[in-house]
Amino acid sequence: MSMDIDITLTVNGERVAERVEARKSLVDFVRDDLGLTGSHVGCEHGVCGACTMRVDGVIVRGCLMLAAQCDGSHVETIEGLSDSGEVADLQAAFEQRNALQCGYCTPGMLTAAQELLDQAKAKQSVPSRDEIREHISGNYCRCTGYHAIVDAVESVAKARAGVKS
Amino acid sequence: MKPAPFAYKKARSLDEAIALLGENPDARLLAGGQSLVATLNMRLSAPGLLIAINGIGGLDGIAHKGGAVEIGALTRHCAAERSDAVGKHAPLIARAMPFIGHPAIRNRGTLGGSIAFADPAAELPACLLALDGEIDAQGPKGKRTIKAGDYFKGLYETALGPQEILTAIRLPAANAGSRVGFAELARRHGDYAIVGLAASARADGKGLKDVRLAYFGVGNTPLRAEKSEAALARGDVDGAVAALDLDPHDDIQATGAVKKHLAGVLLRRVAAQLMEQRP
Repeated sequence: MSMDIDITLTVNGERVAERVEARKSLVDFVRDDLGLTGSHVGCEHGVCGACTMRVDGVIVRGCLMLAAQCDGSHVETIEGLSDSGEVADLQAAFEQRNALQCGYCTPGMLTAAQELLDQAKAKQSVPSRDEIREHISGNYCRCTGYHAIVDAVESVAKARAGVKS
Repeated sequence: MKPAPFAYKKARSLDEAIALLGENPDARLLAGGQSLVATLNMRLSAPGLLIAINGIGGLDGIAHKGGAVEIGALTRHCAAERSDAVGKHAPLIARAMPFIGHPAIRNRGTLGGSIAFADPAAELPACLLALDGEIDAQGPKGKRTIKAGDYFKGLYETALGPQEILTAIRLPAANAGSRVGFAELARRHGDYAIVGLAASARADGKGLKDVRLAYFGVGNTPLRAEKSEAALARGDVDGAVAALDLDPHDDIQATGAVKKHLAGVLLRRVAAQLMEQRP
């Protein structure tokens, strides 16, 4: 049986057809084959969250999915979320609140936070600081900047809901 | 840290997956992959073939019927977490869900995968044992049902045969007399437990009966603490803690002695949960 797989998928709205090694992870595929290096490789076993991206509308670990599994899927990386302006307010808040130092965790943090904010919007609610912490609990920041990150996410959650901070 | 090379095949049906398992003794099934892919990356596991079963229809979904809750093997954790049927009829599963990994893990990981993998520190195997649930499996000889008490055999070892596929789990539906409890200690919320406890019981006047305590993270499989169950049914919480006959090994997270102490701490918390609930 072949060790290589032909896949066709959509990445940030563009159709991509490639032949990949079956063992290649999704995050290695977008970084090495597509040159989208915004998704970071940290622990490679699902602990750190640096490779967080969206597949078919939900966040996943890019290191715990194979590119082969994404045949037919819609993949969105931080480049897509950034270029579309979807997370522009989150990015601005991270900058304003000093919610990043080295920036290694930031793409994963933004992508995870955006999912929580989407869920909050659907429920027409503003997530509490505890809920924000829970939703980014799978994302490590080794500069230990969690407090500022929670501040940034909370401020955007309130702004999007039209609540004054 | 990259997996050793393997071939990949997407199975279109259960029969095809079972046949592929028969033809490839070194194959592994790939469902959510949230444990398996990590072990591949670390080369703790090096199968020759991965059989992807995510595309097989009819293996997901949650149904409340005949006094039981049936959860398809490919049901993702996030679906169970949001399910009204699970919240109402399988409250122990609902309580355990937030402790399983993190949101991105719960979006992919499956209930069947967790039970099939049988990690001794995982939440769902202990819940299944505490609830006296059942596992449906299908193999070359057809379908069979395995009781939770007969299913967990050893470290990552279950009663499933080499060509059998877990297709669903079944739990008795909760009713007015049902009591459940769940507690877990981990260094970071969502990580594997240092020690955890899933429990079920039935209300008996002001007391409890049919108490089932299933610990995880303290042995090679989820473990019942039967002497403590009997003490708790007598209303004797101190006696239940004293009767804990667990003998956990030291591991990377804690010594066996610390784990045993923490098992007692969790027992008090879970006993309070079991006794507090009113319909």
